[in-house]
Amino acid sequence: MFDFLDSGQYDLLGAFWVTAQLALYSAIGSLIWGTALVSMRVSPVPLMRAFGTAYVNIVRNTPLTVVLVACLLGLNQTLLITLGGERSEGIGFRLAVLGLVAYTGTFVCEALRSGINTVPAGQAEAARALGLSFTQVLTLVVLPQAFRAAVTPLANVLIALTKNTTVAAAIGAADAAFLMKEMIENEADALFAVFAVFAFGFIVLTLPTGLILGWAAKRLAVKR
Amino acid sequence: MKLRSTSAAAAAAVVLALTATACGGGSDSGSNGDKITVGIKFDQPGLGLKTPDGTYAGFDVDVARYVAKELGYAEDKINFKQAPSAERENLIKNGDVKFVVASYSINEKRKKEVDFAGPYFLAHQDLLVRADDSSITKVEDLNTKKLCSVTGSTSAQNVKDKLAPKADLQQLGGYSECLTGLENKAVDALTTDDSILAGYASQKEHAGKFKLAGLRMSDEKYGIGVKKGDDELRGKINKALEKMVSDGTWEKLVKQHFGPSGYKYEAAPKVEN
Amino acid sequence: MSSVLYDTPGPRAKRRNVLYTIVFLAALGLVGWWVLAALADKNQLAADKWSPFVTDSEVWTTYLLPGLTETLKAAGLSILIALPLGAALGIGRLSDHRWVRVPVGALVEFFRAIPVLLLMMFANQAYREFTTVSSDFRPLYAVVTGLVLYNASVIAEVVRAGVLSLPRGQGDAAVALGMRKGQTMLYVLLPQAVTVMLPALVSQLVVIVKDTALGGALLGFAELLSQNRQITANYGANTIATLTVIALIYIVINFALTSFAGRLEQRLRQGRKSAAVTLPAQAGAPDEKSKAVSDA
Repeated sequence: MFDFLDSGQYDLLGAFWVTAQLALYSAIGSLIWGTALVSMRVSPVPLMRAFGTAYVNIVRNTPLTVVLVACLLGLNQTLLITLGGERSEGIGFRLAVLGLVAYTGTFVCEALRSGINTVPAGQAEAARALGLSFTQVLTLVVLPQAFRAAVTPLANVLIALTKNTTVAAAIGAADAAFLMKEMIENEADALFAVFAVFAFGFIVLTLPTGLILGWAAKRLAVKR
Repeated sequence: MKLRSTSAAAAAAVVLALTATACGGGSDSGSNGDKITVGIKFDQPGLGLKTPDGTYAGFDVDVARYVAKELGYAEDKINFKQAPSAERENLIKNGDVKFVVASYSINEKRKKEVDFAGPYFLAHQDLLVRADDSSITKVEDLNTKKLCSVTGSTSAQNVKDKLAPKADLQQLGGYSECLTGLENKAVDALTTDDSILAGYASQKEHAGKFKLAGLRMSDEKYGIGVKKGDDELRGKINKALEKMVSDGTWEKLVKQHFGPSGYKYEAAPKVEN
Repeated sequence: MSSVLYDTPGPRAKRRNVLYTIVFLAALGLVGWWVLAALADKNQLAADKWSPFVTDSEVWTTYLLPGLTETLKAAGLSILIALPLGAALGIGRLSDHRWVRVPVGALVEFFRAIPVLLLMMFANQAYREFTTVSSDFRPLYAVVTGLVLYNASVIAEVVRAGVLSLPRGQGDAAVALGMRKGQTMLYVLLPQAVTVMLPALVSQLVVIVKDTALGGALLGFAELLSQNRQITANYGANTIATLTVIALIYIVINFALTSFAGRLEQRLRQGRKSAAVTLPAQAGAPDEKSKAVSDA
């Protein structure tokens, strides 16, 4: 039943490696972008606050498929942005990462914002009483605690991101979903086996993330 | 009390859901009664296109209408159904459509699953390039170019396997996406059957922007797909196609749909029995 | 909270904020100007690419509105089927019997770990091979099946969290009154839990609406996003304009749903007298209970 695995026709590990890479790069990118967004949303500058709020509300409410297709059609096919990629496969991968970062950043931002809300007001007030500036209050006192409080929602965002990488298949990144589509068309009689293999692959990718970060959330939680 | 009423509303929604799903589903298909269902493309200008007023236009559509008329169905008895490339065999096998006229090239792999009437048109894989671009004159030129085609299409496979393995081939979801890239110089050429390309090139919005390279990289004989073993229907359709060529309708339709692009189409192929 | 992070700006801080505003505005303006200039340079802003959406009502009646109907149909069916199924699974996970709790838990975790796109592709192929569903409906069935499997397991977690968030006294009191387990769940715990989790459920609807777009890209489901192919085939490859209009429609619908969820949450919070908290509408809230609320 699983003999299609031995045929050498399908590069399963390669496809999952692309998925893992997409998830990894996008996770790093969206963590940075999400932190930047949340900083804007709590900053003293009204325009930055407005931009952060508008960006989050717009992008969060757009389907990821639309975001990715917009990256491909708008940025690449029209504005000719290649992000340093040379061949179309490389460009597709980079654009997918960009789209995933733009999209997932909003969820990271919201997770961190709720994390900030768990930090007692006294912490920030004490920091201000010491004469720290806004940047110092945020980076030295509030955000470190917010991150620790936000590990669980961030873990959920990361798991959702891992699963969302499959959407990149819609713009031609050769990831696991792309291969699965090809395989169920060619190996129609082994449908359940094909599905089982891919389901297993994603469980392997997401389950440890959930477990490790769940453990981390307990260890890192700020004792109050 | 207010809270109680919200939960009651939620419960009502659930009940509604169950009844709604119970009523959903159920479908009728194929060619029941005095109507006939024909599979065509909905998104290929020149061949099969669903126009904004909800009607259908294109060479394939008119061929389908002609054949249906010969089979005894008036124009208002034809029910057009979208037949995306990947679905064509299934539509025929399941009996969802009587026949498929959708830039459907005859090949051995497909012949195992369905039968073909025709061919009624001979197309070739070709390139669409910007009107001012004359750098592609032969197939070898492609190896240094950026090409665009539709994901999973035979044209894309041809380029990768045979024609120009070194070309940078971008596979997108649809031809319009490729055209955007071609117009903006993100890609150098769009490759697929010349009939499809001619359809895009002769749209009034694209007048003067694109041209066909005229490379004729493969032969694609368009047939009309029918259920495997339905020789009676196949014979009738073949007769209709022969008549269409002999009474001049074929020539008229080809001129009407492909004329504006200056596309040098082949003479009507001989129907194979 | 944000005002706690910084002092009320004095004269210097005010000046600095004005400076930041100007710099930020300039940066935004520069990017915006560059994008618009580049688009204009590529003729993407030409009137004939955009005007169909304003002048030609047929774009709406032939493509966009039918597409939107399909999207809403799939989303509506999914939530309506997923809701009772999810509730059943959620209650199953809370069961006192190991042989119910464990398999249900495994099922929920399984479907939560798999991308919904893979579920849809699998369902599509399975319907094609094992059923005689007409190809008119197959993509819809596949999309709804994928969405139901995934969202039922998410809703199961929401329900479980909602029930667990109720004060212990509620269940204890019901037992003291002599109610059976089923009665306790049906008459005491669930009605309260539903109000607690309503905002989270509405936000889940946003996720569902967004996920219907997956069916268009890879299964050929005739939903809103997939209409861009037919529109652009008719109006001269105006892909950018079409995509913008379609994205706006999604944003308007989802924004309305999100704000509705937010308002609902606020109203429920104000109206509540019991100690139970409301599950937050927004994904990724800080407390442990929101673990169930999926994001994206």
